[in-house]
Amino acid sequence: MSNIKEAFRNGKAFIPFVTCGDPDLETTGRIVREMVKNGADLVELGIPFSDPTAEGPVIQAANIRALSGNITTDKVFDFVRELRRDIHVPLAFMTYANVVFSYGTERFVSTCAEIGVDGIILPDVPFEEKEEFAPVCRKYGVDLISLIAPTSEARIERIAKSAEGFLYIVSSLGVTGVRSEIKTDIGAIVDTVRKYTDIPCAVGFGISTPEQAKKMAAVSDGVIVGSAIVKQIGEHGREAAAVVGGYVRSMKDAVREA
Amino acid sequence: MSNGRFGIHGGQYIPETLMNAVTELEEAYNRYKDDPQFNAELTELFNDYAGRPSRLYYAEKLTKELGGAKIYLKREDLNHTGAHKINNVLGQALLAKKMGKTRLIAETGAGQHGVATATAAALMGMECVVFMGEEDTKRQALNVYRMKLLGADVIAVKDGTATLKDAVSATFREWTNRIADTHYCLGSVMGPHPFPTIVRDFQAVISREIKQQMLEKEGRLPDVVMACVGGGSNAIGTFYNFIEDADVRLIGCEAAGRGIDTFETAATINTGKLGIFHGMKSYFCQDEYGQIAPVYSISAGLDYPGIGPEHAHLHDIGRAEYVAVTDDEAVNAFEFLAKTEGIIPAIESAHAVAHAIKIAPEMDKDKIIVITISGRGDKDCAAIARYRGENIYE
Repeated sequence: MSNIKEAFRNGKAFIPFVTCGDPDLETTGRIVREMVKNGADLVELGIPFSDPTAEGPVIQAANIRALSGNITTDKVFDFVRELRRDIHVPLAFMTYANVVFSYGTERFVSTCAEIGVDGIILPDVPFEEKEEFAPVCRKYGVDLISLIAPTSEARIERIAKSAEGFLYIVSSLGVTGVRSEIKTDIGAIVDTVRKYTDIPCAVGFGISTPEQAKKMAAVSDGVIVGSAIVKQIGEHGREAAAVVGGYVRSMKDAVREA
Repeated sequence: MSNGRFGIHGGQYIPETLMNAVTELEEAYNRYKDDPQFNAELTELFNDYAGRPSRLYYAEKLTKELGGAKIYLKREDLNHTGAHKINNVLGQALLAKKMGKTRLIAETGAGQHGVATATAAALMGMECVVFMGEEDTKRQALNVYRMKLLGADVIAVKDGTATLKDAVSATFREWTNRIADTHYCLGSVMGPHPFPTIVRDFQAVISREIKQQMLEKEGRLPDVVMACVGGGSNAIGTFYNFIEDADVRLIGCEAAGRGIDTFETAATINTGKLGIFHGMKSYFCQDEYGQIAPVYSISAGLDYPGIGPEHAHLHDIGRAEYVAVTDDEAVNAFEFLAKTEGIIPAIESAHAVAHAIKIAPEMDKDKIIVITISGRGDKDCAAIARYRGENIYE
């Protein structure tokens, strides 16, 4: 059991995402600190991958920017060690199966536990392949976060019953990226989940405005935002921390009202 | 262990959004694979539309030139659209149609699978979108035109290295975006279960025919069957019905590019390590942190950083051998086969010919090698001319 539940004790949660090392780790450090100062309840830290198949163009570009700066898994671990001196909100890694597997799953997960990473999100690991990683995660008390998609339907029961930390509800079909409208009935999905577990449900994919965040938070326990933030980092580079901080403030305020 | 495993390899490492789509595909495939009506329709397409069975040709001049084992060529290059790709595509398109899908999407490297998919879509009245790395759209401009002529939309993928692996990623992304009416017609024995099994079953017609034709011509099984390997669909098709015949050597020929001791290679078994990517556990060319390597080969069809999970397993258990063949060796074999037999093979298939050139002279004259010529080489002529310093354009 990790500290992830702490993220949901401050009303509805706001969970921002950032790709580590985009454009460099020093900037990522400033951005994470601004996020936390402005109300982030949990921060999702992306470890870049060369071929992020679940990402839209915005986060793909961030992965390329980070990797071209020679970011490695070891450098990200050192970065989190340093971050943990003053950052106390729960942290989760978001990366791809091969990044964990190639590092050695046990070595990766035990390092997460040691440096204070509470959860791992692997978008290319569905329920059927969970056992590849879950036993090691349980051993070290790191939550392997499960995802539920608009297409999950009858699969929701199985996924929800074995979920840990929080459930990541994917708002729409397709890859990550800002959407003008979210048509999925998130409330209905959350109601189904509630039949099987009381683990918090956070909604992500496509959310960018405070209005969308408020609407999504009203029917769930929290909101995850990635592409909208990464886009700001792409535009402002090393100067992005203040802009991102202000944005996180507006989103947390919106979520709080829900 | 989850579904669709070959030893430790395979599986379904894909986003949750796609899980119901692959489950629906698996159920449909299990329903139709032994259905007499489905198989009668597919056989009719194979025979009357694609021109099967393909010939098993005794390459007498090549055999004499090399002075060793007797060499037969399995002529998949004579299929409609000029490659083995049509076998799988006709099967998947027919299956997709039975599933009520109206739109096919596909990745392509050299363009052969894209052309085959566009062809099947035209035949069956389906919409078709093909994703192709931008680099490859330049290298294979003629195939881009061909796909458009057949009514397909061709999307040039600019992400990453803008080659085959990026085209696969882009097609998976498109599939997560639009599932209800769309079937992903995957072109090789790779990706998440059930694709490696479905594609293998549709390509297994190659070894089924080789076996029968060989028994008719020689009254016995061959000593060696060999084929080139990228993802590995023509190779698994060539191997499959011989896996149980322990005396038949199975040899897969990977693209070494400029050499397996360089970074400009695509030889996955020879240089890769175990990983998880594009829906499967298998061997991949990657760095120590699991970042997928930008691979290289003169052949756009073998230019892929992974290999199908069944090949990875055949390698693990020592049932098949995987050798590396360089650009230079493949180009020499391309020219050699053209001059000795009047057959211009695809540069992909030339990798298998190149290895036969190495091993045939060492073998006794009563031994028999079968090489699958997976495709025809017309598409490669301009690139080979440029490789030899001659600037011709299509």
